[in-house]
Amino acid sequence: MSTFDNPFDPNRRLHTTGCSCGRHATEVEHAAEQAAALQSAVTQGEEKRFEGVVASAVMRAMFPQDASRRAFLKSVGAATALAAVSQFFPLQTATDVFASGGPLEKTDLKVGFIPITCATPIIMAHPMGFYAKYGLNVEVIKTAGWAVIRDKTLNKEYDAAHMLSPMPLAITMGVGSNPIPYTMPAVENINGQAITLAMKHKDRRNPKDWKGFKFAVPFDYSMHNYLLRYYLAEHGLDPDVDVQIRAVPPPEMVANLRADNIDGYLAPDPMNQRAVYDGVGFIHILTKEIWDGHPCCAFAASKEFVTSMPNTYGALLKSIIEATAYAHKPENRKEIAQAISPANYLNQPAIVLEQILTGTYADGLGNVVKQPNRIDFDPFPWQSFAIWIMTQMKRWGQIKGDVDYKTIAEQVYLATDTAKLMKEAGLAAPDTTSRSFSVMGKPFDGSNPDQYLASFKIKKAS
Amino acid sequence: MTKSLRLRAAVVSLLLFGGFIAAWHLATRGSGEVAKMSPEYAALMGATATQGKSAMPGPFEVGAKLWEHIKRPFYDNGPNDKGLGIQLGYSIARVMTGYLLAVLVAIPLGFLIGMSPLMNKALDPFIQVLKPISPLAWMPLALYTIKDSSLSAIFVIFICSVWPMLLNTAFGVASVRKEWINVARTLEVGTVRRAFTVILPAAAPTILTGMRISIGIAWLVIVAAEMLVGGTGIGYFVWNEWNNLSIVNVIIAILMIGLVGMLLDQVLARFTRMVTFPE
Repeated sequence: MSTFDNPFDPNRRLHTTGCSCGRHATEVEHAAEQAAALQSAVTQGEEKRFEGVVASAVMRAMFPQDASRRAFLKSVGAATALAAVSQFFPLQTATDVFASGGPLEKTDLKVGFIPITCATPIIMAHPMGFYAKYGLNVEVIKTAGWAVIRDKTLNKEYDAAHMLSPMPLAITMGVGSNPIPYTMPAVENINGQAITLAMKHKDRRNPKDWKGFKFAVPFDYSMHNYLLRYYLAEHGLDPDVDVQIRAVPPPEMVANLRADNIDGYLAPDPMNQRAVYDGVGFIHILTKEIWDGHPCCAFAASKEFVTSMPNTYGALLKSIIEATAYAHKPENRKEIAQAISPANYLNQPAIVLEQILTGTYADGLGNVVKQPNRIDFDPFPWQSFAIWIMTQMKRWGQIKGDVDYKTIAEQVYLATDTAKLMKEAGLAAPDTTSRSFSVMGKPFDGSNPDQYLASFKIKKAS
Repeated sequence: MTKSLRLRAAVVSLLLFGGFIAAWHLATRGSGEVAKMSPEYAALMGATATQGKSAMPGPFEVGAKLWEHIKRPFYDNGPNDKGLGIQLGYSIARVMTGYLLAVLVAIPLGFLIGMSPLMNKALDPFIQVLKPISPLAWMPLALYTIKDSSLSAIFVIFICSVWPMLLNTAFGVASVRKEWINVARTLEVGTVRRAFTVILPAAAPTILTGMRISIGIAWLVIVAAEMLVGGTGIGYFVWNEWNNLSIVNVIIAILMIGLVGMLLDQVLARFTRMVTFPE
């Protein structure tokens, strides 16, 4: 029984022998005759088809037995039945909801961002017209910090926002805030971070010599924090004992590095390149060398926005996915650097952004380095990413007790939605929702997180 | 005599200013050539690294940028980039809204407290507890309950400017000379009329002193509040330029904040002089 059959048709075929109208010997013959009529039905438009699908679903839910449905339809007629059903069930609304690409519930949207290059797709979609393409009038609003972004999204001042990829998980689990169901339908950027050290440490490149260092990361629930801790622990340093790690807003990191208050940081760009540009630090390594293809920032929205405005959400996500696909292409990177450097967006010298986005950059030690995928853009929210993040949250004592890794990952990282919208936007989408990767040579596939966690020597006892 | 004093003071002020600018200029002068680097590498670096330019901008740099801002005070390039005039306008509008709301609450309430010893004693504990709370401590609570960042900023202005006005009004009203009130009583002047024709004029200078303190505090707070909630306003401008590590613009914003604060204070000082009476 296909969803596209019409259950209001009392003559619909119930058995597989013969044809549905009884006038043909086989269904093939019947179909051939109907083909001409169907041709004209196509032109009736998508709306009609969606209406049919929704009505059929409702009708089947009310009369699961084929025989009783048929009896009902025969006695009152299809039109009356439809009218009767619509009295109890808002067919029109349900149809609108089902029809993605249907009318937008809201076209004026506000999306918050933090002025770092990780937000590139969210920002560039504005000057480069990706939002406008889907009929949205989006204001992208620079926001003072991660906690403010979280609160303004919860307040509904923002419809959606740029967040760190661990944040929707933390918010959903109620770590560091009230538990509110959050979703992360797209990753903004992969790679794109670096460990920057003060100039005076240019001869102490071995992490084993870093005991007593003071480091900064932008937020506790960030890939920056987890990657820095991972990197230090792999080199035998306990990040909670041997060094100090503080949460510091990115612009203050550069100033603190200059003032000799901190020894280094693992931070989002443009702050790494900016330290080099200003001559106060050098890039020790890119995070790409810790985990090539790691997620960093994300496009996040509350579950409420996703369910109450499905069409707007779909259109918004499609424009973000397309912008991300555009940003992925190396040949577009210079143009993007120009588009996002004005004061309205990142407010940085274009040459700094160009070095970050093209991957041809000065490292602060006198070399020009070429790393084309220093930062890359890939929207797909692999659920194994979420599981890895949760193992690290547990490893460092941010969450305790048993964690239902798989369920939370599926709830928050909406990989199936993303895949569907990617296909609609004409992009190649993966068929699975998880994939394996390795971090500093250690493979992770997400199937046995507890075993993975147990394999680390350095961790907080829990 | 006074004229020559004023002239001499102006000359001293100018000399001090000139000295300050000269010292600033000398202190921030670049050290010239730094380490040798390849031209390809140098092209990717900023002036601090290539020419040994000081990280702190010099007075001429600030002057040039200031002129740029003054030439175009009201441009609007989208939600995150507006002219200095627009930013100041937003801040002043927020301060004025919160401040006027505070006036509407504080002055009648202050009158009540000042005229009734009972209310004075009854409300005192509340005022004493609420008065010393830093305005910014209200911010998270306001954001959480009001659920609107712009209204929250106004609320913070309101809550911080209400106390000095309230206390000064109460004090001014309570300390109106007893003889005047007794004369009014002898002449059988009604309570309402007595409040408006005797107590208000007598307490006006104290009330306006409270208002002057409040506007100063309100202007101090708005910058911090806007840095926190962002969006618009001079505080947001400072935060935005700080993200960009543009110290030039931060200095300009500081200068503007000082000038506007002085203007607001002067306006209220003038009002105070208007209602002050010789005894």
